[in-house]
Amino acid sequence: MNWSEFFAMNGYGLYVWGSYGMAMLVFIIETAMVRHRRTLILQRLRQMRDTAENV
Amino acid sequence: MLAINWFKYSAPSTFYGAAGKMIPWFAGASAILFIVGLYMGFFVAPTDVQQSEAYRIMFIHVPVSILSMIIYLIMAGYAALGLIFNTRLSAMMASALAPTGALFAFLSLWTGALWGKPMWGAWWVWDARLTSELILLFLYLGFIALHASIDDPRRGDRASALLAIIGSVNVPIIYFSVKWWNTLHQGATIKLSGTSMHVAMQQSLLTMFLACWLFAITMALLRVRSIILERERNNQWVMDLAEIKK
Repeated sequence: MNWSEFFAMNGYGLYVWGSYGMAMLVFIIETAMVRHRRTLILQRLRQMRDTAENV
Repeated sequence: MLAINWFKYSAPSTFYGAAGKMIPWFAGASAILFIVGLYMGFFVAPTDVQQSEAYRIMFIHVPVSILSMIIYLIMAGYAALGLIFNTRLSAMMASALAPTGALFAFLSLWTGALWGKPMWGAWWVWDARLTSELILLFLYLGFIALHASIDDPRRGDRASALLAIIGSVNVPIIYFSVKWWNTLHQGATIKLSGTSMHVAMQQSLLTMFLACWLFAITMALLRVRSIILERERNNQWVMDLAEIKK
């Protein structure tokens, strides 16, 4: 089996890779979203701390 | 095991640290299992006699579909615990699970469409299995939207908990739909009585299932840590955290 045969998936390449490609994209986006959410709340908390210290 | 004081871990401040310690293990195990599962699914599992290579969609479609239902039940369970015992962490866990569940339900429909097209000749049919899974996606989105629309998070917890609990009636409908109605969607291949599936296919499927499950746990734990910080921000323990002090 060569690689072009592997990617062709016997004519089902679009469906197979469309499924795994979307799953990978969703998993990457979700990981980015949860990390972004953490960055945002940490920023906000540091701002709250700075404001409290300056009072 | 019995010596663990579970109530101690139901305090958001304790769970925040515990979740942080658990995340690398779940994430690492998930990554390894994805690599092994994909290798097995594409290189070890044989070509299917009837569906040729198209059947390999199963290794992602079945795990995300089963988990979209399991995550919903766990979410509704946490929501119910929060409603009954008024525990803050349970409601936070329910909120942390909802987006992951919604994404899994979306992936179930997406991969199902890409499998249905070559096998049935249609991306979509209004079949009982497909329609009830679509309703599951809407229930997740409804839960998220309802919670977000209520300013007071504690009231939002209670309102969305009711939605989650009532909506859980949909899960057995999805599960049994292929038995109760004549559906284009095939019935269960793996039953308690055994399966006709090739052993390498079973192992690939199980590995991918565990990988997806651990991924979902990782995401929920990461998200719940942010939710804890967002909702406990006025407590001193949050301000005393090392990641805030630096």
